[in-house]
Amino acid sequence: MMQTPSAIELRDLGLGDRLRGVSARIEQGQVTAICGPNGAGKSTLLRLVAGALKPSTGVALLDNSRLHDMHPRHRAQQIGYLPQEPQIAWDLSVRNLVSLGRLAHGDARREPVDAALGAMGLDDFAERPVSTLSGGERARVLLARVLAGEPRFILADEPFASLDLAYQASLARHLRAQAAGGKGVVVVVHDLALAHNLADRVLLLHRGVLYADGPPADALSPDNLRAVFGVEARWLGEPGARVLAVTD
Amino acid sequence: MNRAIPLLLLALLAAIPLSLLAGRAWLFALDRPDALLIVAELRLPRALLAVTVGAGLGAAGAAMQGYLRNPLADPGLFGIAPGAALGAVLSFSFGFAASGYLLPLLALAGAGGAMALLALLAGRGGGIALFTLAGLMIASLAGALTSLVISLAPNPWALSEIVTWLMGALTDRSWADVALAAPMTLVGIVVLARAAPALDALTLGEDAARSMGVEMDKLLALLVIGVGLTIGSGVAVAGIIGFVGLMVPHLVRPLTDRCPSSLIVPSALAGGLLVLVADSVLRVIPMVSELRLGIALSLIGAPFFLWLLLRLRRGGGLGLT
Repeated sequence: MMQTPSAIELRDLGLGDRLRGVSARIEQGQVTAICGPNGAGKSTLLRLVAGALKPSTGVALLDNSRLHDMHPRHRAQQIGYLPQEPQIAWDLSVRNLVSLGRLAHGDARREPVDAALGAMGLDDFAERPVSTLSGGERARVLLARVLAGEPRFILADEPFASLDLAYQASLARHLRAQAAGGKGVVVVVHDLALAHNLADRVLLLHRGVLYADGPPADALSPDNLRAVFGVEARWLGEPGARVLAVTD
Repeated sequence: MNRAIPLLLLALLAAIPLSLLAGRAWLFALDRPDALLIVAELRLPRALLAVTVGAGLGAAGAAMQGYLRNPLADPGLFGIAPGAALGAVLSFSFGFAASGYLLPLLALAGAGGAMALLALLAGRGGGIALFTLAGLMIASLAGALTSLVISLAPNPWALSEIVTWLMGALTDRSWADVALAAPMTLVGIVVLARAAPALDALTLGEDAARSMGVEMDKLLALLVIGVGLTIGSGVAVAGIIGFVGLMVPHLVRPLTDRCPSSLIVPSALAGGLLVLVADSVLRVIPMVSELRLGIALSLIGAPFFLWLLLRLRRGGGLGLT
């Protein structure tokens, strides 16, 4: 069942001092990267959209409904969220962990779980306990959990942080494929080059305020990087394979 | 389907008749004229009470470990058991214990007070860390007040009654105790089972659980009510029986798929089995006076806890962090 593409619309969204007056649209079918220095409010913004936090000002709208007034399970069916430091408290099997993605639907349908396992290349791992997996494999299992819920939006907080180069590349491919399949993908990314190459759009945050919003080349322009990060830097390489050279 | 449930049910169904036979006087043949009376009025209510109290402790322990995402959690951390004990001790001190229902009623009032205090301190988005600290605070407050009541005991008789009762036991219990504890425990287990899917979501942490549609305030309310009913009624009829809630989920976990939700009913069955067997064995051991159930289970439970800690330190399969 393919829904007509829509967007999460943020209007003047804020939370105390941590985030102020963020207005932006998060589109389906795109990868949106949230970038900015430490403490800029990246995770706060993502957690607000995920429903893990409630805003103190402004609203987030999905299909003209206020996200934070929706029934939590209904919201969870639309938006899947992968926290920054994912915890796995119990040694479940891969299949059981991925099946947690069906909780918001209140069913135990196998097809979405099988599809998610397949999409992440985990068919052979399904019955293994998660404690026996490597860090990269575990990251794929956790993303598969989100996919099993068949959300329209996938939110991930620094999913690349603890992955080696090969897993980073493979995860980036998976996320792009999800966006190409019509999902709205939102990732908090520390590595600006990765953000530049992965995202269709970048939200650049600075001290709790949305500083820039646009295609990577515009939002991450040398001028913006100087203003936000205080470094002189320029982009090398070609589109899709950009490298950031810090000159000062 | 959970293969632990039929297994444990069978064991329980086998254990109950055996426990009816076991005692200072074995009842293999109905050769005593009072055998039926002993079974109907003493051993059957005692066996059912053991199963009830153990089931409550097991289910509450499984739910607590799921909620706190910690295999070392125990329902005692809630402060509900010490609250109930305080209520019971007060009834001794005022001499109310003599009149049947007042001891359990005051114990339940104590459990209710601890629950209300817990909800007041940790409700409304307080988070799990605050909740644990609030529970510990209530437990130590109730413990201190219990000590105060003991030290102010009006006479040596009350003092010895209180101390003996606190040790936890199932001797000389009647059908009235079963009628009080069994329905409340059953309702408590049902409430805890309702919280089970949310406990599964918590496997991935609080933030993830919230994003998966779990309402943390509602979950906390279900747990406080469920643990309050099971533990509160258990303490009201049997005193403090420690370590069952800690041990049982561990013993059962390898039989399940390790999801917190798959653990609650099997833990209830296994808890009932453990307390029933322990109580029956204690009746048979030849001693001058019967060893108190609470003491015996603590003597088994404390080394078990140490063994768990050692395994945890060696990094052996206590789940992931």
